[in-house]
Amino acid sequence: MKQDDFPQGSITVIKGRSIVIKGDDIDTDRIIPARFLKCVSFSALGEQVFADDRKELKGSHPFDLDQNKGANILVVNDNFGCGSSREHAPQALMRWGIRLIVGESFAEIFFGNCLSLGIPCITTSKQEITKFQNLVNKNPNQIWDFNLKELSISNQKESFIVKLDEGAYKMLYSGKWDATSQLLDEEETIKNTVNKLPYLNHFNKQI
Amino acid sequence: MHQVKELPGGSTQLFVGLHLIHEVTSPQAFSALSEKNLGVKFPNLTVATVDHIVPTSNQQRPFSDPLAEEMLTTLEKNCQSHGIKFHGIGSNSQGIVHVIAPELGLTQPGMTVACGDSHTSTHGAFGAIAFGIGTSQVRDVLASQSLAMKKLKVRRIWVDGSLSKGVYAKDLILHIIRLLGVKGGVGFAYEFAGPAIEKLSMEGRMTICNMAIEGGARCGYINPDKTTFEYLKGREYSPKGQEWDNAINWWKSLVSDSEAKYDDEIQLDGSSIEPTVTWGITPGQGISIKEKIPNPEMLPENEQQIAKDACKYMNLEPDQPIEGTLIDVCFIGSCTNGRLSDLQEASDIVKGHRVATGIRAFVVPGSQKVAKEAKNKGIDKIFLKAGFEWREPGCSMCLAMNPDKLEGRQISASSSNRNFKGRQGSANGRTLLMSPAMVAAAAINGKVTDVRKFLKE
Ligand code: SF4
Repeated sequence: MKQDDFPQGSITVIKGRSIVIKGDDIDTDRIIPARFLKCVSFSALGEQVFADDRKELKGSHPFDLDQNKGANILVVNDNFGCGSSREHAPQALMRWGIRLIVGESFAEIFFGNCLSLGIPCITTSKQEITKFQNLVNKNPNQIWDFNLKELSISNQKESFIVKLDEGAYKMLYSGKWDATSQLLDEEETIKNTVNKLPYLNHFNKQI
Repeated sequence: MHQVKELPGGSTQLFVGLHLIHEVTSPQAFSALSEKNLGVKFPNLTVATVDHIVPTSNQQRPFSDPLAEEMLTTLEKNCQSHGIKFHGIGSNSQGIVHVIAPELGLTQPGMTVACGDSHTSTHGAFGAIAFGIGTSQVRDVLASQSLAMKKLKVRRIWVDGSLSKGVYAKDLILHIIRLLGVKGGVGFAYEFAGPAIEKLSMEGRMTICNMAIEGGARCGYINPDKTTFEYLKGREYSPKGQEWDNAINWWKSLVSDSEAKYDDEIQLDGSSIEPTVTWGITPGQGISIKEKIPNPEMLPENEQQIAKDACKYMNLEPDQPIEGTLIDVCFIGSCTNGRLSDLQEASDIVKGHRVATGIRAFVVPGSQKVAKEAKNKGIDKIFLKAGFEWREPGCSMCLAMNPDKLEGRQISASSSNRNFKGRQGSANGRTLLMSPAMVAAAAINGKVTDVRKFLKE
C-alpha cells in the first residue's frame, strides 16, 4: 500500500466492505504480538496484524479469508485495543487496509492512537453490533457507507446510528486530527507555562 | 497549571513536564520529526533509557540479536543528535523506564509525566499526573512539549484497614481490578487513598498505580505525603537545600483536600484481602488463593464468553482450586514488581529453600541501581543459592521482546502485569500473575502455593 493511500485531511465519508473480529477485551498484544515491535519503522506491520491468532487458525482467520481481502471497515466488540499503548496496533490495522473501526467500546489509548492516524473508532450498542456483524458475515460483499455528519453507517437496506466523541468528531471533520501543527501554534503560551511551573524554576515560584 | 489551551471539542493542550522515552515507541516519532523538519523543543525535559529489548544474560555490545542492536543504536543516535540524556547500557542508571525515573528522583509530585508506554500510570504514585501515550503523541511532545488530552473523570478508591501478613500491594491491585473489571476505569483516573494506601511504601504505591491501566484507567494517583518526601530526599534529581524546602511547601499544597468531589467513589476493606492470583487471560480474572477457578456458566452473562475462552486457553478446569496448579517457569521482575522491596520480600521466602526440580526460575532486577543495592544486601546470593538465575536489568519476560521467553504451552508464575494470550513470548504460553513473594513460594513448591505457609514458620 502506498503512503498516499493513508487517511488524509477531512474524514467525512468512508466507503467499503466490512470485516468482523468477534470477542471482548481483544488486547494490543493480540493485534500485534510484541516480537513484531522490534522495528524502527512501521512499514512491515500490515502483514503481521493478528499474527498469532492467524497462525493458530491456519488460514481461516477473518484477516486471511479471500472474501475479506480489501475490506476497510473493521467491526469489533467490547473494550477493543486494551493493554499496551503500542501505536503499532492501529498502524498494523491501517497498513492492512482498515480505515474505520466500529465496536461496542474502545480502550482509551487505542482510541487516541487511531484518531491520530485519522481512523475513526465509532460505537453503538451490543445488540446493534451483533446485528451488524451478522449482516456482514452473511454477505461480506456488501458495501457500507459511513457518514460522519450523520453519524451513520448504512448499506442500501440497513442503517445504523453510531456515536463518536465530540472532540474526535471535530478533529476528523476539520481534518486537524494530526495535532502537531496545532500544538506548535501555541509556542508563546508554552514558553509562559515553562516560566511559571515551580519545578522548572527551582521552586522559587508558587502557584 | 499545565494547561496551555482549551482545544476545540473539549480536549486540552497539556504541557508535559517530564517526558520519558525508550527504544520501542520512539524511533518512528523521531523519523516523523525529521520528515516534518522539526526539532526537539525542550531536550532537557526528555529522558531516555533502554529496557524492552535488552538481553538479560549478556549485555555485551553489539547484542547478539541484530534487530535489538539496531533499535538501541537508533535510540543512541536520536538522543545524541537532539541532546537528550540517555541512561544507556553501562551507565549504572539504566533500567525499566518506570523504575529508573522514580529512583533518580526525576518523577516528583505535581508534575505531568508522559511516556510512550501504558504503564506510565506508575508515576502517579508520587502525586504526579502521569499517563501513557502513542507514538504520534511522542512526536508531538518532542516537537512541542505538549499534547492534546481529554479531561478524565476521577474515581476515588478508598482502602480501609491494612493489608495482612503475606498480602502485598500486588494482591490489592489484582483484587481491585477483579472488582471493577478491566474496562471499569475507561475515562477515569484512579485515585487511591485511605489508611491501607497510606501505610504502603512508595514501592507498593508504584505497584498499585502501575496496574491502574490494567483496570482501564489511564492514570493512577496517590496524594504525596511524608512517605513520598522521604523517598525523594537526596535522590540525584531531587531538589536540594533551600529548593527542597520550597518544594515540600509546594508539594504539600497539591494534596487533594478532604472536601474534594469525585465523579465516583468506592470503598473497600484492605484487611479482608487474601493473596490473589490470576487464572485467565485478562488481569481482571483473578481469585484469592483459597478460591476455585470459576465455572463460566455461573458468572454474569457478560463475563461468560471470555471465561470460557480463558479456561480453554489456560487448560484449567472450572471448580478446581487454583492452589496446587503446577507451573513450569517462575519470573520475578518487571516495572510492577522489579524493585528492591519486591526482591527483598521474595528472597525472604526463598531463604533456606530450593527451587523445585524441573522448574526454571529467574530474577530480573528492574534497574542497575536495584541490582546493585540487592547485591549489597546479599539478595542475589540467596536467590542463586536456591537455584534461581540472577539476571541483568530489563523488561525481560514481562513481554519477551528479548531472548527470555516461555516455550510452547509452558505455564509461568509471574510478578509482571499482563497475562494476555502470548504475552510472555510463546504464542500459546500461559501466565499466572501474582506477587513476587507468591512467585517465590511457587518456585519452591513447583506449584501455586499460599505464601502464608512460608511465613508461619
Ligand atoms: S516491564 Fe513490562 S510492562 Fe513494564 S515497561 Fe517493560 S514491558 Fe512494559
